[in-house]
Amino acid sequence: MRKTVVAICVFSLFVVLSGAAVAADTIKIGAIYPFTGPMAGTAKMCRDGTLMAVDIINNKYGFDFLFADTEGIPSLGGAKIEVVFADSAGDPKTGMSEAERLITSQKVVALVGCYQSSVTKTASQVAERYGIPYVNGDSSSPMLTERKFKWFFRTDPHDGLYAAQQFEHLMQLEKDFGVSLRRVALVYENTEFGTFASRAEEEAAKKYGFEVVENIAYTTGATSLTSEVTRLMSAKPDVVMMAAYISDQILFTKTFKTMGFAPKVWHNTAAPGEPAYLQSVGADGNYLFLRQGFCADQAVNKPVIADVMKIFKEKFGQEMLADAVRSFHAPLALADAFNRAGTTEPEAVRKALLETDIPGKYCLSPWEGIKFDPETHQNVHAQYIICQIQDQKFYTVFPSEFATRKSVFPFPSWEGR
Amino acid sequence: MLLGFTHALVAGLLMGFVYSLIASGLSLIFGVMNIVNFAHGEFLMLGMFAAYWCSVLLGLDPLVSIVIAVPVMFLIGVVVYKVIIRRVLKGNRISQILVTFGLSVFVANLALLLWSPNYRLVERNLSFAMGNVKLLGIHVGIPEIIASVGSIVIFAIMYYITHFTKTGRAIQATAIDPEGAQIVGINIQHVYTITFGLGVACVGAAGVLLATFYYIFPYVGSFFAMIAFATVALGGFGSIEGSFVAGILIGIIEALGGFFIGPAVKYAIVFIVYMIVIVLRPGTGLFGW
Repeated sequence: MRKTVVAICVFSLFVVLSGAAVAADTIKIGAIYPFTGPMAGTAKMCRDGTLMAVDIINNKYGFDFLFADTEGIPSLGGAKIEVVFADSAGDPKTGMSEAERLITSQKVVALVGCYQSSVTKTASQVAERYGIPYVNGDSSSPMLTERKFKWFFRTDPHDGLYAAQQFEHLMQLEKDFGVSLRRVALVYENTEFGTFASRAEEEAAKKYGFEVVENIAYTTGATSLTSEVTRLMSAKPDVVMMAAYISDQILFTKTFKTMGFAPKVWHNTAAPGEPAYLQSVGADGNYLFLRQGFCADQAVNKPVIADVMKIFKEKFGQEMLADAVRSFHAPLALADAFNRAGTTEPEAVRKALLETDIPGKYCLSPWEGIKFDPETHQNVHAQYIICQIQDQKFYTVFPSEFATRKSVFPFPSWEGR
Repeated sequence: MLLGFTHALVAGLLMGFVYSLIASGLSLIFGVMNIVNFAHGEFLMLGMFAAYWCSVLLGLDPLVSIVIAVPVMFLIGVVVYKVIIRRVLKGNRISQILVTFGLSVFVANLALLLWSPNYRLVERNLSFAMGNVKLLGIHVGIPEIIASVGSIVIFAIMYYITHFTKTGRAIQATAIDPEGAQIVGINIQHVYTITFGLGVACVGAAGVLLATFYYIFPYVGSFFAMIAFATVALGGFGSIEGSFVAGILIGIIEALGGFFIGPAVKYAIVFIVYMIVIVLRPGTGLFGW
């Protein structure tokens, strides 16, 4: 018995010491994602995107990219970045307690992630309280940056920016095809993300003179969506604008098909861009429009995309999709701030983040770069592109300077496919 | 408006039959063994995955693989009973709740580990069982129709077993009075084993039928399980006829409430109806005794 106790003590000491030894030359950042529950697949994509950025920061690569020609953070003696992942289970309360745990017991110097806006909202409140920098790349609710938090930064665009783009795209379609698409129906999941996305769409609709004919909030994870779709059909919209999470996106697609509902335009947020979507629905996913922060076909404008995607595929065994790219930019911006601050001390890092000016060639998304607004800390260069699924692949169709294909219009009926 | 009403009503009714089958397995286990099986949703998920793997590996349509999946689920139920449930039947309430809850967490995470968190849909190969038909000016999915007919058939088989066979009478007797049943020579361990197997087979069958039109992933059971608990409580604990009727009711309430009042509150409406029944008939639900 006594031997066991001694052994355990020695072992614990060893663990503690080795931990300390590791901590001396690594920088720990915390990343919270919904690894269990219905969003687990998305969480894995986000995790891989985060690890991809960290991999480029920590190792030498032969292409022209931020930190690609050095190992670790140069100004900190080549210190490597280590990511401590935590599981929010998609629950704002859990996300909050995990943020607390990462900061207090794991001693992370910065946070990234959460994906779901509702969780990012609570986790960032914790970071705010402890005075720890939080850079988010994968939550899209406008409210997150509208709070003007001192410690919260966002690299990705938000739903408010997207809403305007959606209506610009509709007007482009009206012009190209000589039709009227003024009757718009909004469908959205009833938490942070969906509610704010639809609100932004509603405001944009007013501004551009479109009529919102139906406004449907639904519960994510619903066992059946027939009553939602029935209501949609009764409203006879030209356009459906949907803000759904992946599982509901699959079920909505099935339900649209089953009930024979085909609006002229079906606009979506990022959900159909996840790998599970096309794997599940196959050709039924064709002709949807979706917003993306990134599309693989943009490699024609930016060759480095192909390099990073190739490494990603080798490392993680799947294609690098938009969600991975969204999560990729946050650790990159953090590493850049650590490097310019020459320390991981929070206030210095915050100051460095405010002075961030990463050029567009070091972003995988079609941006002019990363530069945070001094008030809201929203990346001022961030913007989306609108893609359409054609032949079960993603093609950029809007804005025209990035387009690689023309929009297919109208959305064909289900029978005629 | 009328068209929308018909659409919602038909869709709700069809979904209701599936809810019924899910709930009747739960109700059967509770009625006989007085144990609330929190892993019920996970057995549903296993049934769905059984259909999925039969389709991927053997190229079988769920309507064919149900013949394989149901006996397999029955066996899983038997094994789970023998290995786990049997040991806590004599224990207190808390340990029973914890053990089935623990089982649910374990099974869901095992599925996550084995099959990844990805969403999947079954690729059908029986073309007659796909697409939709136009009835009364509305579109109805053929898989949904088949799933509800299948649910009714499976429920009828289970009802026959529990009410008109010798084993069924032993199950009934054990449910009413386990000590009495033992005195007249019924082997209650045997009865419990069969009951648990039947309950799991039912929900497994529901899973296979559901897999014809619903997406599949390791946590798919949780939302259905929540509805199943409400269904069982609404129908009356231990009454499988009650849970069957309650399932249909819940399907209809959900669809019509979603259509007329608002999709965001459709589950709230389901639970409000449940509350009203509980207030009016505490402890018995609609058909309990």
